[in-house]
Amino acid sequence: MRIFVLVKHAPLLESTLRVSADGRGVDPVCLTYDINEWDRYAVEEAVRLKEKYGGEVIAVSVGVNCDATLRKCLAMGVDGAIKVPVEVGFDACQVAEAIVDVLRGEMFDMVLSGFMSQDANNALVGGLVATMLGIPFATAVTRLSVEKGEVLAVRELEGGYSEEVLLPLPCLVSVQSGINEPRYVSIMGIKAARSKELRERVVALREPAVVVERIYFPPTRKAEILGGAPSEVASKLVKLMKVKGVI
Amino acid sequence: MRVFAVVERVSEGINPVSFELLNLANMIKMGGTSEAVVVGGADRPLLDSISRSADKVWVLKGGQLEEYNPETYADVLVQFFKRETPDVVLLGSTSQGCELAPLLAVQLNCPVVTDVVGVTVAQEGLVVSRYIYQGKLMADLRVKRLPCVLTVRQGVFKEGARTNGELKELSLAPSKPPRRRTVRVVAPETGEVDISKSDVIVAVGRGAVSSIQLAKELANVLGGAVAGSRPVIDSGLLPKDRQVGISGKTVKPKLYLALGISGAFQHVVGMKDSELIIAVNKDPQAPIFAVAHYGVVGDVQEILPSLLSKVVEEKRK
Repeated sequence: MRIFVLVKHAPLLESTLRVSADGRGVDPVCLTYDINEWDRYAVEEAVRLKEKYGGEVIAVSVGVNCDATLRKCLAMGVDGAIKVPVEVGFDACQVAEAIVDVLRGEMFDMVLSGFMSQDANNALVGGLVATMLGIPFATAVTRLSVEKGEVLAVRELEGGYSEEVLLPLPCLVSVQSGINEPRYVSIMGIKAARSKELRERVVALREPAVVVERIYFPPTRKAEILGGAPSEVASKLVKLMKVKGVI
Repeated sequence: MRVFAVVERVSEGINPVSFELLNLANMIKMGGTSEAVVVGGADRPLLDSISRSADKVWVLKGGQLEEYNPETYADVLVQFFKRETPDVVLLGSTSQGCELAPLLAVQLNCPVVTDVVGVTVAQEGLVVSRYIYQGKLMADLRVKRLPCVLTVRQGVFKEGARTNGELKELSLAPSKPPRRRTVRVVAPETGEVDISKSDVIVAVGRGAVSSIQLAKELANVLGGAVAGSRPVIDSGLLPKDRQVGISGKTVKPKLYLALGISGAFQHVVGMKDSELIIAVNKDPQAPIFAVAHYGVVGDVQEILPSLLSKVVEEKRK
C-alpha cells in the first residue's frame, strides 16, 4: 500500500500562552513545537499498515518550520517526507489546497490524517482534502483494518456510541487519539531517518477567505481560587464537601 | 441574508442543536430569512416544532435519504443550495455536522469555519468567534466572502425569536450511490458502575495519571466513582465507560472533582452541569477554571494525598 500521512508541526498546549503585540497571533517566543498529538497516532497507524501489508508511507507537512516534525515521522518508520514551505493561517481550505496540490500528482491507496490539530482545533483538513480529491472519507476513527480492497473503520460518535463503516480504496481516514500506542522514536530510528529523503514542494497559495481579526483570552474565569499549602487547601476542600453533603 | 440550518435527525427525533442553529439564524438574518432543511423528511409533529423556529422549512425527500450517509446527504444538499443560494449554511458541531461541513464547503466553493460560538454580521462577510488551543484562547475570524458554511457549538445559542414558518417539500435524489457504507451502529459498553448515576465523581486527567490509584481511593472513601478525560481513557488506565465528555458520558453529580484536567470543550460539555465543580490543575490558564466553582492552582501529586487523609479523618468522626 502507498499511504500519505498528513502531519502538523504544532505548538504544545503546555506552553504559557501570550497574545502577540499586534493582537492577531500567539507570541512565538513562548511556544514549543512538536508533532501534533493526533498526527502521531496517524503516523503510527500508517507505519503499522505498511508493516502489515507492505508498501511505503510518505509524510506531508505544510509550514516553513516543520522539518523537526517530518524528521520525527521518518524516525518513526515513515519512508519519505514532503515539506510544503508556506505559511498558512486559520483558513483550513487554504491548508487543504496546499496538500491537495502535492497529492494530485501522486498515486496512493490511502491518506491518513489526525482528527484535529491541537492549536486550531478545526477538525476539517482531512475532510476537505478528501472532498477536493474526490475520495470517500471517515472521521474520528478509533479502529481500522483493510480487507479485500476495502477499509473497515470504526468511527466515534457522541455519547459512547460508534459506527462501523466500509470505504473503498483509495480513501482518507482521520484518526482519533487512542487508536494505537504511538512508538517511541528510537536511536536506530533517528539514525535511519538521516538517510531518508525530505523533499520540498513549493505550491502557490490563493488568498485566504478566513483571516484572524483578533486573538484574546476567554473573558470569564468563574472559579474562586483557593490558596495555601496542600494541607490547608485540603481542609478548605473538605469544608466545601461537607457543605455540599457529600461527606 | 438567507441563513439555512441543516436539521440533524437522530433516533429520538431531532438533535436539540438544530433549534439552536435556527435561533442563531434568526439572530443574524438581518431582515432576511431563517430556513430549516430536513433531509429525508420527518414526522409531522417534528416538522411543526421546527417550523415554530424558522421562516421556512424545506423537506428534501428522495431515495436513499432515510438513513444518514455523508455522501448522499451532501449530494442533495449541494443540489438544493445551488438552487436556493444561501448566504450562510449552519450545521451542528456534531459528528454528522463535522463530516458534512467539508463536503458542502468544497462542493459549494465557499469558506468554512467549525465550532463557532459567536457570529457578527460585518460589512465584509461575517466575524465569527471560536476557541483555539483547546479552549485556552479565543479567536475572532473574519470570513471574507459569502456564502459560507459554519458548524456551531452546542449549548451556545439557546434563546431565539419565535416565528411560524411554512413547510415546503422537495423531491431530490442523490446523483450517484454512496461509496461509503454504514455496517452497523454500536451502543456503548456498560461496565460495573454507571458514572452518570454517581453523586460523587473523582475525575482524572492527563495531569494526574500518576495519582490514579489515590484518586480511586478517594472516590471509594467518598462513595463515588472514578472517571477520566480522553487522554486517560486513551492510555487504557480506565475503561471507556468511565469517559466523561462528548464521546463519553454526560454526568451531573453533586460533586465533580477534576484532577489534572485541562478542560477542553469535549470534556467540559459532559460535566459542566455538575452541582459543585472543584478543579485542581497546575496551569493557571487551564480552561477548566472557567467552569469550576472552586479551583486550586497546584500539583495534584502534592494536594491529593493531603485531601485523601483529611477526607478519611473526617469520615471517621
